[in-house]
Amino acid sequence: MHSQVTVTVNGAPVVVPSGTTVAVAIVMAGQACRMSVSGEPRGPLCGIGICFECRVAIDGNPHVRSCQVLCEQGMEVATEK
Amino acid sequence: MNREERHHFDVLVIGGGPAGMAAAACAAECGVRVGIVDENPSIGGQIWRGESNGQRNTDASKWFQRVSMSGAAVLCGWRVVHQPEENVLLAENPSGFCDLKYRRLVLAPGARERFLPFPGWTLPNVMGAGGLQAMVKCGLPIRGKRVIVAGTGPLLLAVADYLRKHGAEIPVICEQASWRSLAKFGLALVSWPAKIVQGIGLKLDLAGVPLAANSWPLAAHGQKTLDRVTVSRAGRVEDIPCDYLACGFHLVPNTELPLLLGCAVGNGCVQVDEFQETTISSVFCAGEPTSIGGVELALIEGQIAGLAAAGRTTEARARFDKRKKARGFAQLLDQTFRLRAELRSLSLPETVVCRCEDVSYWRLRQHTSWRSAKLHTRCGMGPCQGRVCGPTTQFLFKWKPDSVRPPVFPARVETLAALARQLEVQHSELTGGH
Repeated sequence: MHSQVTVTVNGAPVVVPSGTTVAVAIVMAGQACRMSVSGEPRGPLCGIGICFECRVAIDGNPHVRSCQVLCEQGMEVATEK
Repeated sequence: MNREERHHFDVLVIGGGPAGMAAAACAAECGVRVGIVDENPSIGGQIWRGESNGQRNTDASKWFQRVSMSGAAVLCGWRVVHQPEENVLLAENPSGFCDLKYRRLVLAPGARERFLPFPGWTLPNVMGAGGLQAMVKCGLPIRGKRVIVAGTGPLLLAVADYLRKHGAEIPVICEQASWRSLAKFGLALVSWPAKIVQGIGLKLDLAGVPLAANSWPLAAHGQKTLDRVTVSRAGRVEDIPCDYLACGFHLVPNTELPLLLGCAVGNGCVQVDEFQETTISSVFCAGEPTSIGGVELALIEGQIAGLAAAGRTTEARARFDKRKKARGFAQLLDQTFRLRAELRSLSLPETVVCRCEDVSYWRLRQHTSWRSAKLHTRCGMGPCQGRVCGPTTQFLFKWKPDSVRPPVFPARVETLAALARQLEVQHSELTGGH
């Protein structure tokens, strides 16, 4: 069990304590999770899997609510454009 | 895509917060086969998020221990999306789906924050009050950050206290309720058992944090992310620089799954009888969906539901008195934190109300019902399925919510395809293949 894990957000590495959610890693990387249908940047709102604002692609799996997923070593996160 | 075997339970509990944990533990302790399902990586719900490994002798740790000793099967990471046939729920996780078969069902889906739109509320780093707290519990560093806490409800004080303990600077808590109702609430608190008051997470140890009543956010500003907030503070307009705005307007019950199963809902709450049984036989409901009353009420209702579902009505009945007290407190919360009419006019015409589909306040104002707005603007038709904008438009325009259609959460195509195949098989069985 690592005490810290490294994930990439749009290719840039982010080091976080284990137990951190992907949504948190994205905010720490200073990135928006997705662009809205009219092109606004959006980040997490509810933090509990209700609002879907934090949805991203994780390891190629699209539309995953990043607040519901814990970071794992080597995980590749791509925000939605 | 894996289809797992069917799981069979005497009592199936949906939702792993305090109500669901109490229901599962009490039912399993009676010796029946119990399963508890939660979509999060671990049980505990929102209030006990991240406390499953806690060593302290708290209420939370006692219930975590009780669930694990009870023999209830804990299924985390599973989300219920549909009821394909009677006494079966279909659930999915990132790698597959499964059928959950039950004799009796306890629904404990909890509550969510109510959000109200104002200019700039869609900017990154504007989050729910509970939302930001959940993010901090999940690892977001908050030390040294400036956080404005705003909205309404006891959650604001609990969140401000939590954030401050973790090193955040809180320039102000903007509470929309009036001083008069807060004072009445404060006086009333004294007459309630400490357990019930603690049950809403209320912390009055907020020395140095200004609590402003009659106050609410007017606009959030920033280019790509938030940098300051304009608030109406007891009638004066003020601009406050900050890193985060934690803003939520009390809680609304999660009623989607109860509605899908046909349970009657009145005034936004699931209707239950004295044993927490809904209008659908053998389907029970406990916790925030029946009334927003905090963790103590949720625990009592969960125990009653779990015992009743396991057939122990006498033991369930022994808890009715405690529940009655805790329910009175729920009414006090409701009266104190009722939303003021001014909050209906925070939006500008172009302010986004439905965040999934970017539908503006102006476009929604042309419509007279939720259904008409959905059909013409796609409001509430995005991935959140109206979970955010439904309660919002109910307050803004006094629209009534629509019926719920499966799947209750966006499900993967594979899950839906399997469901369709299953229905086909049933159909051909019924019609003899024709």
